[in-house]
Amino acid sequence: MSRANTPLLEVRELKVAYGGIHAVNGITIDIAPGELVALIGSNGAGKTTTLKTLAGLLVPGSGQIRFDGQNLHKVAAHQRVSMGIALVPEGRGVFARLSVAENLLMGAYSRSDQDEIATDLARMYALFPRLVERKDQLAGTLSGGEQQMLAMARALMSRPRLLMLDEPSMGLAPLMVKKIFETIREVAAQGMSILLVEQNARLALQVAGRGYVMEGGAITLSGAASELLGSDAVRCAYLGG
Amino acid sequence: MEIFLQQIINGLVQGSVYALVALGYTMVYGILGLINFAHGEVVMVGAMLVLSALTAMLGLGVPPLLALPVSLLLAMAGCMLLGYGIERVAYRPLRHAPRLAPLITAIGVSIVLQNLAMMIWGREYHAFPQLINNQPHHIGGAIINDIQIIIVIMAVMIMTGLMAVVHRTRLGRAMRAVAENQHAAQLMGVDINRVISITFMLGSALAAIAGLMVSANYGLAHYYMGFMLGLKAFTAAVLGGIGNLRGAMLGGLLLGLIESLGAGYIGDLTGGFLGSQYQDVFAFFVLIAVLVLRPSGLLGERLAERA
Repeated sequence: MSRANTPLLEVRELKVAYGGIHAVNGITIDIAPGELVALIGSNGAGKTTTLKTLAGLLVPGSGQIRFDGQNLHKVAAHQRVSMGIALVPEGRGVFARLSVAENLLMGAYSRSDQDEIATDLARMYALFPRLVERKDQLAGTLSGGEQQMLAMARALMSRPRLLMLDEPSMGLAPLMVKKIFETIREVAAQGMSILLVEQNARLALQVAGRGYVMEGGAITLSGAASELLGSDAVRCAYLGG
Repeated sequence: MEIFLQQIINGLVQGSVYALVALGYTMVYGILGLINFAHGEVVMVGAMLVLSALTAMLGLGVPPLLALPVSLLLAMAGCMLLGYGIERVAYRPLRHAPRLAPLITAIGVSIVLQNLAMMIWGREYHAFPQLINNQPHHIGGAIINDIQIIIVIMAVMIMTGLMAVVHRTRLGRAMRAVAENQHAAQLMGVDINRVISITFMLGSALAAIAGLMVSANYGLAHYYMGFMLGLKAFTAAVLGGIGNLRGAMLGGLLLGLIESLGAGYIGDLTGGFLGSQYQDVFAFFVLIAVLVLRPSGLLGERLAERA
């Protein structure tokens, strides 16, 4: 049982060098269970690097990541999935040559509870009815928005305790963005902890409870999402005046 | 007409073997983007292991119909271990190196294996013991014998089984996922190193079976037999579209047919100037033609991937 007061995710002084530069330079982030936290910032601020490091795809230079009290230092990416960390990567990363249904089953790869997997599959189809019509289609034939839905559903199939989303609105039509963010709200309302990376800062702060602003690999501002939305600095830099 | 039918039969038998070996090339290429040029040598090691085990067991008085499957299983196990070792020692450290490095290493592994085989089994040809009364059957003037029938049936069964594994099981899904996007597969909880190891082992098991087929069909095994066979199977994989499993099977069968029909008719077509010893030329003519005219191969489709 996780203790209610301790954060689900604790990131301390995390540094990640990526191609010779310090993409992430000593950041500290906390996420409590059930919290929706937004990480905003401009292009190249280090947001994606942060998420990839949390997922285990990149190795940090120094600093600590603790998940549910456990140090992730020696935990490989594929093992973090069964601990409850899921990342929907930038660009979605759906398997284009696998069917929609197979993509969803890949999401449940780390699980062996067949009955529960079937239940979750039905739940995902209920959450994203569009995917039902397309379940036998190759994922590569879906529209961008449908692929984003699939990527989110696939991540949820692992029954994560922390869902990380990297730029879910990127490249999508406004209507689709709205639909995706409605779903994020819905999932958050069910008690899922979410770390949301977005360039669309306004959108992200509107759904989030708290937010971090990242600039040049460092956290420059943090606080309640409503405060950040009202802050002049954030308004100027990320909300277009 | 008899020549035609006979060459079709020969082509199907040879093509079945090419297809099995081509699958090993294409599975590894699909998942790592690497051409495992040592794969032909794994076939050779498979043939040698079967022969050694068989000879030993027959010497101990084990009945042939028990000795053969046991030898095959031993050879498959040996080849799987070999395939695992090759990937672990020669390719994994180069996973992120420029593509030329593992390619050169593959050729190096191939040479090492050939020479090791020569040291262990010698330079001479080894006769494959006659286990069954290899009955010839006459169909419309052409002849097909028991061993050839067994080869074709076995190949069809194995390929059907492999397709079922790849397309219907959790492991197969993971293999296809890793082939497409290693990072995304890791994010699903797939241990990609494990999947890559299993892929090498599966391909090597098929190679052992192919090794048995070739040596049983020709009645011979030799430390150098994997070289040409490997090149031909690689050609078959390219012909079908490397990375595509159905392509490897189709390419294998087609190459077998092209070769045997070519060898059967080249004499007539050139007025006796060229003979069937030019058989090997067809395979490499096919390789060049495919690379020039359709580099993605017959089934190597480019699926539109939307970001």
